[in-house]
Amino acid sequence: MQDNMNWLEFLISERVLLLDGIYQTIYVSLIALFYSLIGGLLVGFIRCIPNKISAFISRIYLESFRIIPLIVWLFAAFFLIPRFMGRGFSSEASAIWVFTLWGSAEIGELVKGAIQSLPTIQRESALALGLSKTQLYMYILIPQAVRRLIPTVINMATRIIKTTSMLDFVGVIEIVARSRQIIERTVEPFIIWSFVFFFFFFLCYPLTLWSRHLEKKFR
Amino acid sequence: MNLNVDYMISIIPLMTSAATYTIKITVLGVFFSFLIGIAGNIVYYYKIPFLSGFFKGYTEISRNTPIIAQLFFLFFGLPQVGITLSGFVCGVIALSFLGGSYMVEALRSGIESVSKIQKESGFALALSKTQILVYIILPQALRTSLQGLFANVIFLLRESSLIGAIAVPELMHVARSEISMFFRTEEVLLMLTFYYIILIAPISIFFTFLEKRLRYAR
Amino acid sequence: MELRNITKSFGDKKVLDKVNLNVKEGSAIVILGPSGCGKSTLLRCINGLEKTDDGELVFNNIKYGDEKTNWRNIRGQIGMVFQSYELYPHMNVLDNLLLSPTKVQKRDKNEVKEMAISLLKRVGLDDRLKSYPHQLSGGQKQRIAIVRALCMNPKLMLFDEVTASIDPEMVYEVLQVIRDLKNEGMTMIIVTHEMGFAKSASDHVIFMDSGNIVEQSSPNDFFSNPKEERTKQFLNKFLHL
Repeated sequence: MQDNMNWLEFLISERVLLLDGIYQTIYVSLIALFYSLIGGLLVGFIRCIPNKISAFISRIYLESFRIIPLIVWLFAAFFLIPRFMGRGFSSEASAIWVFTLWGSAEIGELVKGAIQSLPTIQRESALALGLSKTQLYMYILIPQAVRRLIPTVINMATRIIKTTSMLDFVGVIEIVARSRQIIERTVEPFIIWSFVFFFFFFLCYPLTLWSRHLEKKFR
Repeated sequence: MNLNVDYMISIIPLMTSAATYTIKITVLGVFFSFLIGIAGNIVYYYKIPFLSGFFKGYTEISRNTPIIAQLFFLFFGLPQVGITLSGFVCGVIALSFLGGSYMVEALRSGIESVSKIQKESGFALALSKTQILVYIILPQALRTSLQGLFANVIFLLRESSLIGAIAVPELMHVARSEISMFFRTEEVLLMLTFYYIILIAPISIFFTFLEKRLRYAR
Repeated sequence: MELRNITKSFGDKKVLDKVNLNVKEGSAIVILGPSGCGKSTLLRCINGLEKTDDGELVFNNIKYGDEKTNWRNIRGQIGMVFQSYELYPHMNVLDNLLLSPTKVQKRDKNEVKEMAISLLKRVGLDDRLKSYPHQLSGGQKQRIAIVRALCMNPKLMLFDEVTASIDPEMVYEVLQVIRDLKNEGMTMIIVTHEMGFAKSASDHVIFMDSGNIVEQSSPNDFFSNPKEERTKQFLNKFLHL
């Protein structure tokens, strides 16, 4: 960097790479969130089925993500999936697969928690009022479950955003990767890493606030 | 897929020393996180004016930024302004910074779960605010927040895998180096998984056991 | 104990409005009234759990309740028992009883232990020293809560609806303890819904409504010849039970 540039001018001069990194981070987060929601709903329902075998399998599925760090999973996927699926599988795709599996596990637990937290009394009184089981689910239980879920899902979105920061190690070019490229060229680690730090904060903090606001609202 | 078992056995010393490193760094991180957790709750309990706001701000920043960003800032960013810290120290600081806020929150929920009237009965018996904290609130709060505290410990153990990003010889980093040198991906990954399981699973089981025992003791 | 012009509001709501009360040593005062009339708040003002907005608190002819008050001192002389017993669940009975006298009044542990055991004997629970609260019934817990307050050697005891959370069968045990205490000369202020107890065990009955003392008289006068209209309405509700 030239001596006559201050930090703001420096950031602006690097904006192309920075914005690309930001875009990728948000893009991957959104896709992962989307697929995780779908997967999570599935997993959540499966977890609620009183079948012992399905409970056991899903338990193992969950615990394996709780014990083995996500980066290890990403690494495994990065190296092993292309071997089995042929070279057409990009690093982004592997990453999304892992994120989805992880996200589905986590959201699945949230879904299960939401479903099981609905008081049974409401179920019984609704049945006593003559609602059919479908109506019970559609008009009472599901809206209630969704209300409890939304803040936790927003929280999960925050976690996904933060977790994308490790994708750099498996070759996904998001904000951290771009930052390293910039630093290699211009050697301004303090400014760049401060920027990255604040970027994540200003992305996640509003989401956190929103989730808290919704939590209060839905009580 | 044929695995070279001899190779796997040959890297056991390497992986074990890396695991030890991981344990060292995590234990320190957990320790300082816990200290921060207690400090934060003391501040909240006595409603110390400036520090309460400080801890709230700290919690927000710590929970809304990824550990990678914190690590890189500490390890790569700080030297540029003259503060150079070793990889180990950066790792501990980052883990403590991140873990501290989670510990504060876990303890805080435990403390708040102790009903207001319990405190009041303590006051009615002429106990001081500190005595109430030590004899009445903390014993109950610790039992309640135990699950959250344990979950945080396991969380920090997992996050330690990312500290390898700044080239400290913890498990993940060592595994990666090994793969990049000898290309025996499956063997190393298997060993890596194995090591994480024997690191985390016993702790998890131990914690669950402790939890159940303490619940009966009430 | 004397309360002069005690006033307190919670936000816009005035909960106590210039309440005056005089409690002579050795007497048992019962406070009756509908929910929300301020009787619990009044009790809590006496030992500082609520701060008064205006008015004076006088104990043993000494004014207290302002910023200079040493509350721990006052609370060591005024004992309070709560509706929810509030025994400490993580300690056994003995530790519950020993905690305050040893830590606050700095008394010798064995001396307190002896006192605790003799008090427990009088309420019939001396075999429960090592039990934990979750092993006890509501009536037992409340009697122990009373003993815990008594271990501090208070000069005044406050009872805040102490039988409200107890099964009807066990209410008698607790009331008996309070009755015995009264016969020994303990000064006490009791907030309760137990009309029979109020009639038979008190020296003075006070009826409160909406933050004011509506009527106060001796138990006989109060129940047989209520003067105020509100008092009559209130008593009628109980006669119909």
